[in-house]
Amino acid sequence: MIRLSINGKTQNVDVDPNTPLLWVIREYVGLTGTKYGCGIAQCGACTVHIDGAAVRSCSFPVSAAAGKKITTIEGLAQNGKLHKVQQAWLQHDVPQCGYCQSGMIMAVAALLKEKPKPTDADIDAAITNICRCGTFQQVREAIHLAANGANAKV
Amino acid sequence: MQINRRTFIIGSAAVGGGLALGLRLPFGPEIARAQDGSPEIGVWVAIAPDDSVNIRVVRSEMGQGTITGLAQLVAEELECDWSKVRIEYPTPGESVKRKRAWGDFATGGSRGIRESHEYVRQGGAAARVMLVQAAANQWKVPASECTVSNSVITHAPSKRRTSYGKVAEAAARLPVPKDVPLKDPKTWKIAGKPLKRLDTRDKVNGRMVYGIDLKMPGMLNAAIKACPVFGGTVKSYDAAQVSGMPGVRKVVQVGDDAVAVVADKWWQAKTALDKLPVVWDEGENAKVSSATIAEVLKAGLDAEQAFVGNKNGGDVKNALSGAAKRVEAVYAYPFQNHACMEPMNITARYTPDKCEAWGPTQNAEGAFAAVLAASGLPADKVDVYKTMLGGGFGRRGAYPNDYVTQAVLIAKQMPGTPIKLLWSREEDMLHGRYHPVMQCKLVGGLDASGNLSALHMRLSGQSILAAVRPQVVQEQKGRDPLSFQGVFESGEHSFTYDIPNLLIDHAMRNTHVPPGFWRGVNINQNAVFIECFMDELAEAAGQDPLEFRRKLLGKSPRALGVLNAVAEKIGWGKPAPKGVYRGLAHLKAFNSYVAGAAEISVSDGNKVKVHRIVGATDPGYAVNPAQIDRQVAGSFVYGLSALFFQECTVKDGRIEQTNFNDYNSMRIAQMPKVETVLMPTGGPIWGGIGEPTICVAAPAVLNAFYRATGKRIRSVPLKNAGIELV
Repeated sequence: MIRLSINGKTQNVDVDPNTPLLWVIREYVGLTGTKYGCGIAQCGACTVHIDGAAVRSCSFPVSAAAGKKITTIEGLAQNGKLHKVQQAWLQHDVPQCGYCQSGMIMAVAALLKEKPKPTDADIDAAITNICRCGTFQQVREAIHLAANGANAKV
Repeated sequence: MQINRRTFIIGSAAVGGGLALGLRLPFGPEIARAQDGSPEIGVWVAIAPDDSVNIRVVRSEMGQGTITGLAQLVAEELECDWSKVRIEYPTPGESVKRKRAWGDFATGGSRGIRESHEYVRQGGAAARVMLVQAAANQWKVPASECTVSNSVITHAPSKRRTSYGKVAEAAARLPVPKDVPLKDPKTWKIAGKPLKRLDTRDKVNGRMVYGIDLKMPGMLNAAIKACPVFGGTVKSYDAAQVSGMPGVRKVVQVGDDAVAVVADKWWQAKTALDKLPVVWDEGENAKVSSATIAEVLKAGLDAEQAFVGNKNGGDVKNALSGAAKRVEAVYAYPFQNHACMEPMNITARYTPDKCEAWGPTQNAEGAFAAVLAASGLPADKVDVYKTMLGGGFGRRGAYPNDYVTQAVLIAKQMPGTPIKLLWSREEDMLHGRYHPVMQCKLVGGLDASGNLSALHMRLSGQSILAAVRPQVVQEQKGRDPLSFQGVFESGEHSFTYDIPNLLIDHAMRNTHVPPGFWRGVNINQNAVFIECFMDELAEAAGQDPLEFRRKLLGKSPRALGVLNAVAEKIGWGKPAPKGVYRGLAHLKAFNSYVAGAAEISVSDGNKVKVHRIVGATDPGYAVNPAQIDRQVAGSFVYGLSALFFQECTVKDGRIEQTNFNDYNSMRIAQMPKVETVLMPTGGPIWGGIGEPTICVAAPAVLNAFYRATGKRIRSVPLKNAGIELV
């Protein structure tokens, strides 16, 4: 039995400790916003926050997450208000198929926590998620929008 | 705004009640209704008492914005309140029962909007007429005295108003008028506007349900492994080795070439499958490699027999031998995997009385046919329910013996239990429907003035249709007309250049690697071949590549239009910034005219930075300019990823690349600034958007690379030449 804190809720899961956190979140906890894309930490579709840092949960054993604060896309909004990254994504109509966007948004939210006004170079270094639809131009513009609010040039 | 999720969110009550999904059907005097009970006003629209409008869409949404665009077209004619629009997906089973009332479900070939715009607009217009008539009947006034705007009907002489929701029940009982005149696109208020997508909110909060996310009571999960050599079969497997592992319920053979483990959780199924000993009969194909395939294709470049796709003037070979200058080059394009972010999956449930499947498909009717065939049940006992697609790009079209068939074959071995089959990324890489492999030899002849007098373009390689739609190839006496996309004699992919002596032919050389429709399909390689060679010819003629093309485009003003547009925007003819080089390309595809112009720099001889790409597109009509912008920008990501990184190589009969670590895709750091020029010129024909632009990315960058380095690269991907994208 492993004790997990996900989106502010603590729960016990009866699972092989080597199971990747991604599959525990999806199949045991039942939160499916976090996506499977590659299973080898290449694509970033499975990105969640562990103690505030972006982590690729497909390659992170659930045992290592015990006792830590896990946030998934479903827990990013606070008190019914979307996170500023989600708001910027809505405002700028970023997603195409949308499958990679949970991970993209989680990666960007972690970046903005560390660097509230990232430069393009900061974005290039920190955001390495794969998007096969190719939303990168909108992603970059929406990151600046989230960072700079209404004054952002998009 | 929301998609009616009852189409694909399966509640326990629904399952217990025999999966009462889909639309209710008209029996006797009763009218048809949408899933929320609202009356159907013609097949495309249902309106609830609160004025919410259900617009039916049968084409699939995979990110390309089709559901939003189609809804805009219906709403435009319906004159409804856009803020109250929702989408509902009719199922192919309902379509069969209603004599295919919604037409074609297939979503490929950039056809979603361009091939259904007329009848969906008619559907919106007919519903508007019915609603107005219902109000007029109620008021006992002539319908011609009523006006309508934003879901409100007004009779000005008597100052009466009502809303669509209030007259919907009565409207539903009226006959559906035919041939209602459609609006002039110049007067559009909803269509043609850069409206936001209808499906974004759930894509930013994690709530959107893709096939992989489906949950059903009692559902089990399956992981599958097919023989890694295409055409090979299962010889034996030792289920006892894994049947005691956690969660494992059953180990099953799937068809003659695959084995699956069914478990409580997918991760348990995959873990057991990885440990399952399987012996394959790999067959003769195990001897095939990329090198042996390349040899076969190479021989085709000079073969006597070839299918002609385009011919003009006299004997090209004579014309070439009489040319003042002769230019020759051989190009090559590899197998590529679609690599949709969401790996292949579908959920199926079988009982002897009913077989249903839920999940992502670009062609619900194709999936329906697969369920029909695999289940052995009649059409009235089969249905398919679509989810959102996590990418499609052609991979989720209908292919024989693919993931839908597999899921049904597993479900048949566990009757009554819903089975979610999910491929691992590795399975997805090893069992794609690959971009066809192709080589091309081009020979051009220039006259004494440097004019292109003759061109022979010989394709040698794989035919998609021979594998996927053999009946079409049979009708064409062995020719695959699709092989000539962008260089064909006529139609939506016709060649734009006017060349006095022309021969474009195809030596069909099929392989055991299954081909598929990979976003853009055959325009990807054909644009590289013809548009890079045009630059080679221009150089041999001592002419500017743009000027050289312009002279050959006299009979194709729209092609000239997009080419001129990108040239102007990129600054062609003006000095580029220091160290920056330009290249351009164009093509006509899917009835759209597209062009691209790139600015790149090259450092250390091999590190390419693509600074800017301008994409111009003339699709005839633009239903949502904001989404077209996004499709163009995304097309360059897909096209540049293919150009720089992507090749599926064959060794011992199987694909060598297994995941994104050896099959890379572009990241944000490598993204050029994309500028879109949208220049619809109207006319009777609507062009597609999702695919055409992809094909100009590679030749524009390759032509710029040549100007930067003096090196002409004629083989994709560039990583094989040690060239990186930075």
